[in-house]
Amino acid sequence: MTTADRALPSLAGLAARPQSPAATNGAPKIESIGLNFYYGHTQALRDISVRLTPNVVTAFIGPSGCGKSTFLRTLNRMNDIIPGARVEGQVLIDGADIYAGGDVVELRRRVGMVFQKSNPFPKSIFENVAYGLRINKMTSSASELTGRVEESLKQAALWTEVKDRLHSSALALSGGQQQRLCIARALAVRPDILLMDEPASALDPIATQRIEELVYDLKKDYTIVIVTHNMQQAARVSDYTAFFWLGKLVEFDRTEKLFTAPAEQLTEDYVTGRFG
Amino acid sequence: MDRVVPHFQEELEALQSRLLEMGGLAEERVRACIDALESRDLGVVAQVMGGDEPINQLHIEIDNRCFRLLALYQPMATDLRAIVSAVKINTDLERVGDLAVNIAEAAQRYTTHPPVKKLIDIPTMGTIAQTMLRDALDAYVRRDTALAHAVLNADDQLDALKTQVFRDLLTYMIKDPVTVEPALDLILISRHLERIGDHATNIAEDVIFMVSAQDVRHHPPATHERA
Repeated sequence: MTTADRALPSLAGLAARPQSPAATNGAPKIESIGLNFYYGHTQALRDISVRLTPNVVTAFIGPSGCGKSTFLRTLNRMNDIIPGARVEGQVLIDGADIYAGGDVVELRRRVGMVFQKSNPFPKSIFENVAYGLRINKMTSSASELTGRVEESLKQAALWTEVKDRLHSSALALSGGQQQRLCIARALAVRPDILLMDEPASALDPIATQRIEELVYDLKKDYTIVIVTHNMQQAARVSDYTAFFWLGKLVEFDRTEKLFTAPAEQLTEDYVTGRFG
Repeated sequence: MDRVVPHFQEELEALQSRLLEMGGLAEERVRACIDALESRDLGVVAQVMGGDEPINQLHIEIDNRCFRLLALYQPMATDLRAIVSAVKINTDLERVGDLAVNIAEAAQRYTTHPPVKKLIDIPTMGTIAQTMLRDALDAYVRRDTALAHAVLNADDQLDALKTQVFRDLLTYMIKDPVTVEPALDLILISRHLERIGDHATNIAEDVIFMVSAQDVRHHPPATHERA
């Protein structure tokens, strides 16, 4: 039985609801307006309109195939590389539509991404972090480069663990350390926004706690969007949570509200384990 | 809708069942001690005074169940509210059990004196307190916020009767100092019954929170909607 076959409440009427809580007043960092996304003939996102506030953590939750990762990937045009993929609607970052043209490489510098599986380059720890700085020619001297690498590793809470072996292979690090290295690599090019697609799902509980603590610390400098299957993790790390189902944004609200008193029955059913 | 984890539902139902059992015991003990006061039946008084153990055992068991559910399942939304409410209702019911013992102790002392007067208001208070307690528990079982609001509104009657009892007995004490000691016990009993009403009110507030996520505590009575 597919999710669509289950006897669930209708989605009718959801589109008419305001999809951003009042607390997100002010200029949003990210705003999607009437966003539809298609993989060929399959529509994966349906009329997503949402405003994400600067310097907060927003979590996307929902069952597999609900569109949360697809939506995350529309925010830095990572879906562009998929054959047959098509976008309708707008994604505004600082008020500018990222699908109206512009430099995709520059966009992805501003909107960094961390994936489920850590993917360090087969290079040294130092070179992993320095890579983006080098190819973007973002530093003018070796000392500046070294300083930026150190700063990024400190921001990613990895510096004290690797400072004495910066030129060892990144592949020798533990899974949790590799993931923090990938975060350091993303931070090195000084993005505004950090997208995280299940960044702790392959990690042990202690490494997961470190990532969660890191997310909490980073939000003062970055706008963070995190996709997670772990609802407790979403509840712990995020300020706002969006619940997706069948490509629709069902509910978006303060995390505390969404997990204690959701407005939508579908959200209630999902967070209390009645479907998924 | 079925849950992905059915045994969590079973655990929640077992928790509710044990809480109701405790509520039934507490309600019965309030009824027994008011009956004993009226009939001056020292045997029943002694039973109430010595019979608090089953409620105390349930108090511990229900707390343990709640801790276990919170730790193992990290519940959300209505489930979270239901368990947090159960923790609080559990404490209220245990206090009702203690107050029944306090009433029985005062009743035991009272029966060593001649009656001060025919008891009218105190049995009425007992009936109202029991009804409030029963309605609060019914509201819990049926997830009935209208009934819970009715419990909140009933509390005013108990408060007024407690004041009435005090004024009434004061006149007896002024007239005849011999009545001071037994009259003070009746005043204490009226105070305990009023506290039982307060605990029923707490339970009703928890029911409203559990069902609708509305926190109605510490609101003036006028803001409670009429049932």
